[in-house]
Amino acid sequence: MTRFIERHPAWALIALVAIALLLWLILAVWPPGLEETIGRKRVFLNAVFNGITLGSLYFLVASGFTLIFGLMRNVNLAHGSLYLFGGYIGYAISAWTGSWILGFIIAFFGVALVGIVLQIVVFRRMEGQDLRQTMVTIGLSIVFADLMLWAFGGDFYQIQTPSWLVGPIELPLVTAVRSSGEAVYLRYPLVRLVILVAAIVIGIAMWLALNRTRVGMMVRAGVDDRDMLAATGVPIQLVFVAVFALGAGLAGIAGVVGGTFQSLSPGEDTRFLLASLVVVIVGGMGSIPGAALGAVIIGLAEQLGSVYIPTYAIVVTFLIMVLVLALRPQGLLARR
Amino acid sequence: MFRSCAGLIALSSLLLSGAALAQEKIKVGVTATLEGTYTVLGEDGIRGHQTAINTLGKKVGDKEIEFIIASTDATPDSAVRAVRKLIEQDKVQILLSPLSGDEGIAVKNFAKTRPELTFVNAASGAQETTYVDPAPNFFRYNMDGAQWQVGLGKYAYDTKGYRKIATVGEDYSFIYTQVFGLVLEFCGAGGQVTNRQWVPLGTKDFASVIAALPDDVDAIYLGLGGADAVNFLNQYQQAGGKAHLMGGSIMVDQTILSAKGNAKNALLGTIAASGQADTWEDAGWQKFVKAYQDAFPPNKRFPSPSLLATNYYNSTMALILALRQVNGDLSNNQAKLKEALAKIELDAPNGKIKLDSNRQAIGTNFVTEVVDDGKGALFSKVVKVIPNVNQTLGYDPAVFSKIGLPSRTVPECKKY
Repeated sequence: MTRFIERHPAWALIALVAIALLLWLILAVWPPGLEETIGRKRVFLNAVFNGITLGSLYFLVASGFTLIFGLMRNVNLAHGSLYLFGGYIGYAISAWTGSWILGFIIAFFGVALVGIVLQIVVFRRMEGQDLRQTMVTIGLSIVFADLMLWAFGGDFYQIQTPSWLVGPIELPLVTAVRSSGEAVYLRYPLVRLVILVAAIVIGIAMWLALNRTRVGMMVRAGVDDRDMLAATGVPIQLVFVAVFALGAGLAGIAGVVGGTFQSLSPGEDTRFLLASLVVVIVGGMGSIPGAALGAVIIGLAEQLGSVYIPTYAIVVTFLIMVLVLALRPQGLLARR
Repeated sequence: MFRSCAGLIALSSLLLSGAALAQEKIKVGVTATLEGTYTVLGEDGIRGHQTAINTLGKKVGDKEIEFIIASTDATPDSAVRAVRKLIEQDKVQILLSPLSGDEGIAVKNFAKTRPELTFVNAASGAQETTYVDPAPNFFRYNMDGAQWQVGLGKYAYDTKGYRKIATVGEDYSFIYTQVFGLVLEFCGAGGQVTNRQWVPLGTKDFASVIAALPDDVDAIYLGLGGADAVNFLNQYQQAGGKAHLMGGSIMVDQTILSAKGNAKNALLGTIAASGQADTWEDAGWQKFVKAYQDAFPPNKRFPSPSLLATNYYNSTMALILALRQVNGDLSNNQAKLKEALAKIELDAPNGKIKLDSNRQAIGTNFVTEVVDDGKGALFSKVVKVIPNVNQTLGYDPAVFSKIGLPSRTVPECKKY
């Protein structure tokens, strides 16, 4: 951080001003002139919060994707199918037992199991052959999509939000002041906040596991030099299986989250595959903090775009990707 | 001995099947949105198509109709690709296509490049398809989006007392047409449309759109369909939305009313208008509902056919009846079939249908309200039936043409 400020004082200043401006926009009561030019503060605050919570969903999907890529150099294009499959498992379990939490747990382990099978049966056989792996995962994603269409049909599924999470809560952020001097606070869906907190907890746990544990050390060493790690006697195949299981399981959890505040249907798999591709390209392939940053940027761009420039909202996301590819092709937070 | 006997049987069966092949077939290509946001709509469309085949059979004189189904995803290029594939690879002579608004405009334009073939619209409802520069070989037996909104504006203004409304709709031709019909009538009655929001087809996260909805309106009109509608309702409920709702023709429809989960309950009491109403007591409608229910097991269909099923049923029926009238004669660039199609009057389950000079349907429209059947299933209940709705919505054609074509901002909110 300090090194960045020393090296790029001008950029650091711009970033600081931008953050201060954003904080002011969020915390202050907007003067009437500002409300007239860019609309009500409630809309802006909602868009920002939605962007961040949507980003947390993208992060859950993309972190598994980027973890698998970082360690195995394997672009798993069936990742979207794992997301959708996790969502369907979550739906089935929560509809059957009535427990939302249990849906998460079983979706995680169920999809992790699929990940393990994929790694052992498919990827181990074509280690190091990028193109072949890519083609096989595309093929698998098509097969999975059709199997799920066969099993679940084209209907929309929504995972029932538990009753204690339905509805909005008031946040201590003033959106407007009534003429009587009474402050109006922001009302925001509770379930989205819970999902945001969960994503942050998972993100921090992953960071800690990667940076503070022995297994994490092995994974990081594997990212840097796989062959050397194998030569030191670490059971690298076991590490691969564990990482693939974790990455797939995270996609499964994301599926339950997505099924709760959006919906599950055929086609969601490719949508989330595309989203996680964009996120990791922006953030930097193989980097967990990069996935977090990329997810928040893409989430905010989508939501702010859909409010302020609805016609071009879709373009904004890809514009960001193009800019990143042009100026910093390795991604914002990639090492090297 | 045995072997030669078996060989003979095999040979004769081969010859027999050859004879069966020699019987002439009429090949019809069908497209439906079996992928993407509108998957559920496409699936139910195909159910309606199948119901029509079950009712009428595939025989035309001594010929048999063969239907070949291709999938699209509601984008115009996917529809043209599917139609091309059906014509060039499967050698179909007649098209029953497409399902969605933008697809309809594209297929109509494509139809002009193949004037020798016949195109029967399956369910698409953009106004432009048959109103602007219509193709002489393109026939539409369903009303367009604006016709399907007739009655809603007046009902909202007079009976419900709504004065100011805002709209949220998917950003493409069919919803433009729906909002066009609504705004003309609602503003004509004296109401105000203060805000029109457009979201891309396939939007998943509506939270910001919901936050941007104005507070100072009496009702919010939703022109969404398929997955978009379900996502909107889900997030609307989570945000604690309480406004009165009004619905477009594919918003208040069995495709949404029977979605899994409880978000659809936000629609209870919503008023809407469409080319059909689930609980209409007409004998023809009830018979169709029964045929639909009998054709599929309960978990493979909706409790009652959706608008798409009805449209596919009607267009399939029109085609089979017209083919029978001309005894399957497709000679001379299918001239006889085209003539028969243009003249045919359908006794459709959702009211009588005939075509105007642009080969666009004139039919019956329904204003409805969403009710609970007491067991948790939602249905649209008829509140008003309006017969003989034409494409200019009862306006003088000269006046109507001055309004302009449906778009994000057309028509203006005023009395024309």
